[in-house]
Amino acid sequence: MSTQTASQIVARCEALYDDLRFSAARDWKEAEPGRKVIAYMPVYIPRELIHAAGMLPLGIMGGGDSLEVIHGDAYYQSYICRIPRSTIELGVSGRLDFVDGMLFPSICDVIRNLSGMWKMLFPDVYVKYFDVPQTYIDEIGGTFYTGEMRELLHDLEKIAGRKITDDDIRASIEVYNENRKVVNELYALRAQAPWKAPASEAYLVLRAGLLLPVEEHTQLVRDYVAAASAEERPIKDNSRVILTGMFCEQPPLNLIKSLELSGCYIVDDDFVLISRWLLGDVPTDGDPVHNLSQAFLHKAMSTAAKYEPDQEEKGQFLVRAVRDTGAEGVIFASTSFCDPALLDRPILQNVLKRADIPFIAFKYAENSGQMQPIREQAGTFVDSIKLWSAA
Amino acid sequence: MNTKILKAQPADVLKDASMIKQKEMMAKHYDRLTNAPTSGAKVASTFVPGNLNELIMCFDLVNNLPEVNAIQSGLRKQSGAYIMEAERAGHSEDVCTYVKSDIGMMLKGNIGPNGKKLPNPDVLLLSYTGCFTFLKWFELLREQYKCPTIFLQTPYMADGKVTPNMIQYMVKQLKDTVIPTLEEVSGVKFDIDRLREYLKKSAQAEDDLVYILQTGKNKPSPIDAYFGGIYYIGPIFGAFRGTDDAIDYYRFLREEVDERLAKGLGPVTPDGPMAEEKYRLVVEGPPNYTSFRQFWKMFYDEGATVVASSYTKVGGTYDYGFRHDPDKPLESLAEYCLGVYTNRSLPMRIDMLTDYIKEYEADGLLINSIKSCNSFSAGQLLIMREVEKRTGKPAAFIETDLVDPRYFSAANVKNRLESYFQMVEQKRSGKGVAA
Amino acid sequence: MKTFVGIDLGSTTTKAVLMDEEEGVLGRGITNSRSNYETACKVATEEAKIDARFTLFRREFGTAGQIDEQVEDFLGALERSFRLEQFLEQLGDLEETCIRLVRGDRYAKIGEGVKVALTEVFRRLREEAPGMYAPGADRKSDFFRDIAGSRYLSVAEEVGRDAGVSYDVLLNIYDKSIIAVENRPPSGKLNEKFKNALQRVAKEDSGAASVLGEKAEHALGIELEETYLVGTGYGRVTLPFSKEHIRSEILCHGLGAHMMYPKTRTVLDIGGQDTKGIQVNPEGIVENFQMNDRCAAGTGRYLGYIADEMNMGLHELGPMALKSKKPARINSTCTVFAGAELRDRLALGEAREDILAGLHRAIILRSMSILSRSGGVADEFTFTGGVAKNEAAVRELKKLVFENYGEVTINIGAESIYTGALGASEFARRAAHGRIEGVEA
Repeated sequence: MSTQTASQIVARCEALYDDLRFSAARDWKEAEPGRKVIAYMPVYIPRELIHAAGMLPLGIMGGGDSLEVIHGDAYYQSYICRIPRSTIELGVSGRLDFVDGMLFPSICDVIRNLSGMWKMLFPDVYVKYFDVPQTYIDEIGGTFYTGEMRELLHDLEKIAGRKITDDDIRASIEVYNENRKVVNELYALRAQAPWKAPASEAYLVLRAGLLLPVEEHTQLVRDYVAAASAEERPIKDNSRVILTGMFCEQPPLNLIKSLELSGCYIVDDDFVLISRWLLGDVPTDGDPVHNLSQAFLHKAMSTAAKYEPDQEEKGQFLVRAVRDTGAEGVIFASTSFCDPALLDRPILQNVLKRADIPFIAFKYAENSGQMQPIREQAGTFVDSIKLWSAA
Repeated sequence: MNTKILKAQPADVLKDASMIKQKEMMAKHYDRLTNAPTSGAKVASTFVPGNLNELIMCFDLVNNLPEVNAIQSGLRKQSGAYIMEAERAGHSEDVCTYVKSDIGMMLKGNIGPNGKKLPNPDVLLLSYTGCFTFLKWFELLREQYKCPTIFLQTPYMADGKVTPNMIQYMVKQLKDTVIPTLEEVSGVKFDIDRLREYLKKSAQAEDDLVYILQTGKNKPSPIDAYFGGIYYIGPIFGAFRGTDDAIDYYRFLREEVDERLAKGLGPVTPDGPMAEEKYRLVVEGPPNYTSFRQFWKMFYDEGATVVASSYTKVGGTYDYGFRHDPDKPLESLAEYCLGVYTNRSLPMRIDMLTDYIKEYEADGLLINSIKSCNSFSAGQLLIMREVEKRTGKPAAFIETDLVDPRYFSAANVKNRLESYFQMVEQKRSGKGVAA
Repeated sequence: MKTFVGIDLGSTTTKAVLMDEEEGVLGRGITNSRSNYETACKVATEEAKIDARFTLFRREFGTAGQIDEQVEDFLGALERSFRLEQFLEQLGDLEETCIRLVRGDRYAKIGEGVKVALTEVFRRLREEAPGMYAPGADRKSDFFRDIAGSRYLSVAEEVGRDAGVSYDVLLNIYDKSIIAVENRPPSGKLNEKFKNALQRVAKEDSGAASVLGEKAEHALGIELEETYLVGTGYGRVTLPFSKEHIRSEILCHGLGAHMMYPKTRTVLDIGGQDTKGIQVNPEGIVENFQMNDRCAAGTGRYLGYIADEMNMGLHELGPMALKSKKPARINSTCTVFAGAELRDRLALGEAREDILAGLHRAIILRSMSILSRSGGVADEFTFTGGVAKNEAAVRELKKLVFENYGEVTINIGAESIYTGALGASEFARRAAHGRIEGVEA
């Protein structure tokens, strides 16, 4: 049991979050010769495979609101979101020069194309577009996905210079099962007593998971949950809301804080989705790649970056989340120019309308500086929820 | 000069015979679609890239392409109102205007270009090929039409190659889900020999299409491979691939182009035959449809011919030798989908454009960057830089949109185009007379 | 003599450069771009011709390139006298126009009184005019609209009050007239004005002036033949010239920068409407260029909005920003949000100078992206356009260029606003040269 207070843990996470040179990952790599770092972008990749290869998976979520983007802007038109620009800026400015490989998950056309750009810009780095199935039938999507994972394993073996055994993967699955378990505990705490674990703190704790070795992060989350649960904090007259649409380009920390200041308890969200993507434990016996594939196909989160084959099921994840957390409304916060989030939004809103769940929507960018309009909208929303429930 | 200005009146736009023929085919197809409720034909909506027309025909389904409908709305200056309608209904100003034009059209009664109501689809064939937006587009339509939706995923050719895993995945999808659902919806049993027959016809028309597009290598080029090219690809990218109509059309077009070639003539523009070929360009990206004529005019007025374009490869890339193959029908459909331009990795696109500039002896690359289309647009500035570096030819970048009239700033586009043409001119004569 | 005219019709000002056959700049002229482009071009050209006359005077005096106090005094007096002539001529036009407007039902009753008042206003304006052009007098602007406008308003208020004529009526008449006067092409009788001015100078001073005056008279005899003209600029689409007389502004800027600084390889121009990054080869030929996209984010226009929003003069922004010790971090250069962001920050208690410093950095960051997109910054680097006069912007630019591209010579010339027009005049010279030799230029 750690003796650190919640705010001490959060302070460490914030330092990690602010460090755009990724010193923690650099130090990890330096610590032993031959260590490799494989970076990945949102929304999901099976980190277990990288871990099984003895490598550090490093989550790159753009440059946040403090990075001045000069060269990254030179690659993108004004109507494209911000995360690829700041990611390129991180790359061309040498901040990622210790990274041995970069994975681009199948999330949208911008990130897809960025994979090819990365190949052109950094020819010495291992680059892979990690395609995932959008069909969830075992023999079809499952077979394809297993094939994709085997291909990735094969590449990782080459980089690692050693074989990755099934036992390696099983062990990694176990480690990540553990991590997901504590992250879920953190979410449970937030849903149950949101004043104890504010979203702005939980967010930083989650972000640390992209930068630290998973074992270390698991302990960190555990410590935070314990410390936050033990501390007494005043309960406010806030409304419980769910935040959705932030699965790729990240909100500035100020935005999350502004929402909380406007009277929101954020009881669920889609921040850093990779840390909760798979629902429940992945079995550790049998073929581990098959198990990961099964979990991906049948026990995974819903998000706008995925196709929903069942019209009836479309958007129900939000309705369920509202019920499960006792939320009173939903805030659609989407990145400007984000195709998946913005195209999905009207469908999800229709689902919420039918379920009588109030919602509002606004857009942001990772470097949004103006919080006043967001504070106003969120404040009005919270007031109207209260009036509505009082009536 | 004066006669030219007179001819620019919309009343007497010049069209060559093939263009008239093409228009008739398209009109016939729209009639087939709007007559579906009376004829009893069933309708499948699907997308241009990864369009499985041969397969659709095996089930006697009529092919309805929402992108083409949006293009028609754009050319007819209706898309602006449709887009606003969709935005009023809650769609973001940031997203694809094909989608919004389609949804706006639906909200306003789905009136097709022939003035008649387009039928609701009986099935949505979601061929997820080269464009993420397709996924969401048909989720949006499915919400409205509540009809069966068939999903087909084309893996992205990220590493510049087609792997066995990709082909197996696609063939498996075709066999296990696409074909059985099409049988169910249509009530027609799948006959692979019928598919083979259509594929054979596809290949025949594809040969002529490639020949026609490659006449751009001549000087002067007898075709404009972008503005003219858009007419040329219409039938084969749409509902005619695999039909005798397509074979006839491309044969006819080929003869027409051959005749111009023999006479040393340039392409036919809406203002008459192009006088002098001053600039030969390769163009990357889709065109703007709301000001299509005005946009084209900015090129031909300056003597600029597009000799090759990537847009004429969005419905299939044939110039590297791929043809639909009756001997391996399903694999061949998979390969077709995998090869469409927007499913090619960025390095592949760079190679292709570089090759075009060299093989078609172009003066440079022009990128028309489309706000709506991230599949095309994300990364184009790198493409530009890289193609410039490899070819030593100047490139230019303009920004417009597909069917949103708010994103076509004529003065801005013209300014950049003229700067570009003059730059090409100056570089060409650089160390010579003018300097 | 043969001269070649280059005109750069910008969104806020129109510039003209007059060049001789040896690639020498004879004169430069600038005016505000009014609604009538043709007039703007004519006025700018005339201004360039006036400036050219002074160059020719110097050449005649044999003092080109050196400072001779006597000559400077003489030319100073001549210029003031000439400007006075010009001012009086336009004032006369303005008076006539104003008086002509006093008719119709509106003026049935008050017409005579208004006319009397107007005559009095203009009498006073004429009377005080020589004072405004006296040695050492400080004029805030050289544009007729600005000088006449501010004086008219204060004199009319006085006269109106005394004569019992409504100030609003006088103001209204002025507003209508000034547009008409401004959009009337200049009379063009330059030599006459010069002669009048010479006489006036001679009357005031009989010393060395008479010798110089004679030489000047002689120089006036040199005819300035407009051999070829090339136009460029943002308003190119509506430039009042035929196509063969138009060149792209990118090409003109590239060539102009090359002519001013022959080692230029990269040009950044931040103008009112757009920002351009241009790469040129050692001959000044454009190799690559990029402009800001559709929106005006990060252009000079943005600073204009900020100035309006802060109720400051455009030229005051830079100096205030330089005072900042802790620049604010501003991420958006969107002109639409500029006002809101500004008010938001002011409301939060941030200091004006810090906000302004942040805004300047934001603009330059945008420009850095455009430069990067066009191919980066190569040595030497020439910065042109209205924003090049802004010291705060220049300071940020120097910092960022050094951080991103290392030690690079940065050229910023006093005449940088004429870069486009200079390039255009050289294109005119080359075009004429090609034409004379019977070669397609």
